[in-house]
Amino acid sequence: MQDASREADGARPGEGVASFETTESIGRRIAHVFYAAPALVPLFVLLVAIAIFGILLGDRFFSPFALTLILQQVAIIGIVASAQSLVILTAGIDLSVGAVMILSSVVMGKFTMDLGLPPALGVFCGLLCGLLCGTISGWLVADWKLPPFIVTLGMWQIVLAANFLYSGSEVIRSQDIAEQAPLLQFFGRTIEIGGAVFTYGVILLLVLVALLAYVLSQTAWGRHVYAVGDDKEAAELSGVNVRRTLISVYALGGLICAFAGWALIGRIGSVSPQAGQLANIESITAVVIGGISLFGGRGSVAGTLFGALIVGVFTLGLRLLGADVQWTYLLIGVLIIAAVAVDQRIRRASQ
Amino acid sequence: MTDDPEPILTARGLTKRFGRVVAMDRCDFDLYPGEIQAVIGDNGAGKSTMIKAFSGALQPDAGEIRLEGRPVRFASPIEAREAGIETVYQTLALSPALSIADNMFMGREIRKQGVMGRWFRQLDKREMSRIARDKLSELGLMTIQNINQTVETLSGGQRQGVAVARAAAFGSRVVILDEPTAALGVKESQRVLDLIRTVRDRGVPIILISHNMPHVFEVADRIHVHRLGRRLCVVRPGEVTMNDAVALMTGARTPGDLAAA
Repeated sequence: MQDASREADGARPGEGVASFETTESIGRRIAHVFYAAPALVPLFVLLVAIAIFGILLGDRFFSPFALTLILQQVAIIGIVASAQSLVILTAGIDLSVGAVMILSSVVMGKFTMDLGLPPALGVFCGLLCGLLCGTISGWLVADWKLPPFIVTLGMWQIVLAANFLYSGSEVIRSQDIAEQAPLLQFFGRTIEIGGAVFTYGVILLLVLVALLAYVLSQTAWGRHVYAVGDDKEAAELSGVNVRRTLISVYALGGLICAFAGWALIGRIGSVSPQAGQLANIESITAVVIGGISLFGGRGSVAGTLFGALIVGVFTLGLRLLGADVQWTYLLIGVLIIAAVAVDQRIRRASQ
Repeated sequence: MTDDPEPILTARGLTKRFGRVVAMDRCDFDLYPGEIQAVIGDNGAGKSTMIKAFSGALQPDAGEIRLEGRPVRFASPIEAREAGIETVYQTLALSPALSIADNMFMGREIRKQGVMGRWFRQLDKREMSRIARDKLSELGLMTIQNINQTVETLSGGQRQGVAVARAAAFGSRVVILDEPTAALGVKESQRVLDLIRTVRDRGVPIILISHNMPHVFEVADRIHVHRLGRRLCVVRPGEVTMNDAVALMTGARTPGDLAAA
């Protein structure tokens, strides 16, 4: 949605004028297109990667089952990366996303299984926990004017420590949850359509990305998120309530992370305080490969989805090829640097 | 026009201290309907402080501001805007990565009618683009081909034009311009000065802060000379020379000297 509108928005002067077309190099014109629709770059990389692995691996990779397996594998990171996208669009960063996700899932598990609350209420408390963590970060960033990196670095440690202290590092077993509170595993349920397997977690991811893409491109709040990330002082002077926008972004980010925590229980079956330790870095990776600028104000949440899928395609593709898993990390590292380099080239070429 | 007995914007005894520095010292100001009033003064004279008090960016410690006779207090730029005072800051306060239309409607977006607007809070982008295009055309700025192109693709003069158009479109009572030609070339400056006259002729009085004496003398109806945190005097461009004006603002001469001469 967002890409379509951005693309339409980005038509440039002189593009329809014949004399310009001969003077502008093909490279510059391609750069213009990508400038107007930043999510096209990761989409292109994603399609090329799928094509290459499809050719190398044939049906083993290019099947509804394998392709939807990738979606299942990236669902959690994709959801967390959506939250990360919102924060990075405001020129911030949230290092606490993984910790908030885990604490929320632990709250859901403990409140339901240990305190004996009804599962729905336990889930609600977990979501509230995520919302609260995000709101605190947002308040510290917006009202105390502390750097997001520092605030969320602190929150990461605080939330993770709270998680271990509260859970006693104990895992709640999958069978127990399935018996007593299957609602916790809701996002692990699947629907099958001709070999393609979708978990509810995957559907959550897709719905979430569509929703955020709509909100970011079609509502005033979305415009304000971009404006705050682009130039905070300018946004303030032109009448945007920067404080409210920032707090709402971090709060919504926390809530989305709590949903990721719920989906995580569905994915691994159990509630584990040790799960998802790499979610911080992996979410930032997806956002960067997805073409969102770390300096804020540019990019789209659809790009983040493509970024997460690119990581998923490489991971599964290389594993099916029998390559050492380190090759995956190596290639992802190359992609991160390449993504930022391409991003800067496009921006320079279009100005 | 200055014979009009009712000023639009007046200030009496504005005072603002930053620690031990007195940025405004019992400062007065009067803006009349239909005029371009330039504000000149040396660096550090407190011009910006006074302007920020009018635009809501800071709150004076003492003194009174009246808009059309009614006392007003602006706690934020948004409140000043709601009262009909629009400011074009020296930094322009535009978001470079967003479109012209997005920028013009920043903070006052129009939502769609009906269910999509009320329940899904969808913006009416078509309507906003239409109004933005109309406003730019009215001010003779339609050299900008596409209202949806991003601001960072515009030249300095075009950006200034967008910022002025935004202020003119929504500033119903007063438009404040802070150094609008400082970053521009000769030709672009001239276009912006024309634009300022157009806005005045459409009935909105303008406060113009500038260091550029030729520009000030070209467009201003009256010149407010600011010195040491307050109004030294108000002169007319026809009655004093540029050298006199500079002498006044640096303290080399006093209004009394001029009257005697």
